[in-house]
Amino acid sequence: MFGSDSIYMPSKSRKKKLRIGWFTFTCSEDSSIILLELFNEHYFEWKEKIEFAHCKMIKSKNDQTGLDVAFIEGAISTDTEKKKLLEIRKNAKKLVAVGACACTGMPSSQRNNFDDKAKEEITPFLKQHGLWGKVLTVKDVVPIDDSVPGCPMDGKMFVSLLDRYFVDFGIVN
Amino acid sequence: MHGPDFDITIENLSKIEGHTALAVAVKDGRVSEVHLEINENKRFFTQAIRGKPAISAPQTLSRICGTCSIAHHMCCIEAVENAFGIVPSDQTMLLRHLLMNGLMIRDHAMHLYLFCLPDVFKKDSILDFSDKGTEHELIHKAFDIKSVGNAISTIVGGRAVHAPFPVVGGFIKIPKKEDLSALLPKLRAIRDAAIEFVDIFLNCRFSLENEGAFVSLINRDYNFLGDELATSLGICIPEHRFADYLAKSVIPYSQAPGFKFEGMPYSVGALARMNLNGSSLRPETKQSLPKAISVFPSKNTFHNNLAQAIEVVQCIDASIAIIESFDPKPETPLQVKPKAGTGVGVIEAPRGTLYYHLDVAQDGRVNRANLVIPTSQNQIKMEKDIGVLVEQCLKRRMPRDKISLEIEKLIRAYDPCMSCATHFLKVNWK
Repeated sequence: MFGSDSIYMPSKSRKKKLRIGWFTFTCSEDSSIILLELFNEHYFEWKEKIEFAHCKMIKSKNDQTGLDVAFIEGAISTDTEKKKLLEIRKNAKKLVAVGACACTGMPSSQRNNFDDKAKEEITPFLKQHGLWGKVLTVKDVVPIDDSVPGCPMDGKMFVSLLDRYFVDFGIVN
Repeated sequence: MHGPDFDITIENLSKIEGHTALAVAVKDGRVSEVHLEINENKRFFTQAIRGKPAISAPQTLSRICGTCSIAHHMCCIEAVENAFGIVPSDQTMLLRHLLMNGLMIRDHAMHLYLFCLPDVFKKDSILDFSDKGTEHELIHKAFDIKSVGNAISTIVGGRAVHAPFPVVGGFIKIPKKEDLSALLPKLRAIRDAAIEFVDIFLNCRFSLENEGAFVSLINRDYNFLGDELATSLGICIPEHRFADYLAKSVIPYSQAPGFKFEGMPYSVGALARMNLNGSSLRPETKQSLPKAISVFPSKNTFHNNLAQAIEVVQCIDASIAIIESFDPKPETPLQVKPKAGTGVGVIEAPRGTLYYHLDVAQDGRVNRANLVIPTSQNQIKMEKDIGVLVEQCLKRRMPRDKISLEIEKLIRAYDPCMSCATHFLKVNWK
């Protein structure tokens, strides 16, 4: 089959990269800041090994399909976020919850424990903007493969996890 | 080409902090509506801290924002100390100034070099920068500068995000002289690169001039923690009276409120600071950057980027001066004796004037809190600027996709922080 053989042959010189997406939901985006701080030391190494397919912080043209790993920062507090997270899960071989809000819900889920007075105060706003009264963790909505806890996420744990994925996905030997 | 009536919608703006969408309606070739929808999901921090000990509020409220957490931390500490009548020591204030300098270097470097620089180089992302030559070197320099800001925060505050060392009454750990001194060669090493970035933003021709007032703290040494508020309208205000001049607007399509100053749209941030307090920059900063500094006062919104680039140099110089003269002494945080009171904190966060008002009960617990956030203050002016920009683009018969790009560049110039803007809810108290 001459035709099919000629369609695409990956070049041996073209390195395989880990295709990742970084997504933020209900949070302060402090783990995103840690990622950008880790760039100070790792950017040039990671640029060789990682394809940042979706990372709204640093690029406007983003694609969330066919991901090796999706990193999820933040808790889930709306129907829209839930729908988006389910879609990301479908598109990612591995899904990682990063930071306290994603892993434990807090502090984004503070309102889950509000007293009646505080709940009454915020209810009109919740209704107006379609926010849930009860905020969920990432694993409440989709299965997760790994997590990087901390408020913000622990940078060293994140780097170790990434190094493991480089091996697991055959990016490095 | 587009017809006389059309809409521009940008669902998720990139290369800014947080989540924002924009809708612009054009009718008969004129802008009829601009809706900047800050849709970062609210987390209700002002309700969350009610009834909690005021001394714990700074750590909790620093979680409002990832990138400028130290600014929230400092502002809340100031408000709590004012409520309890605590006067921090000179050493504590010196360390707080240093911490703020580290924050400004790191935060401005992130915004300018990672988010805005691609606009200047007509690229989508730093990822598209060349792997060799000038572009490659600039990225190296950007990370070098950013990491020094990070190092200052780590040594003084314990870490760059949600710093554990600063508390009400002082610091729980005083940095060692040798650790601070180790920062000096690093600060000196990045200074030329920071000046190079000033030149890049000075030579950038992006421009949008529009009417509106400016508000910022002014003082004698361009610090970010005092002393009184000044406006381009010629009004000077003591910190505790700032809220008296503000009118809050609920913006139904946005999760953040907007504000007007004396009935006028206004802006806060580096451009306001340079316009109102630029004469207080350090002498060596002035000496190194005469051309860039002469641009101010300016009404060009894009000069906010230039002002931030100048502030990076100012913060490097101010940090060197503080560290050279600093002789740390053992000191524990001042004792807190809870009492009923009201405390106001006003500081300059990277994105502008940040205001905290706390009412504290006799037992030292928070009764209520009111926060005014820089991005909320800029929101109405931002919408007006976007309208002016789109009108200009329409006159130049610019295609819609190009107009969207121009709008994104303008919004980025404001350096908005959506996490900050939405994570509290003001309640009308009876």
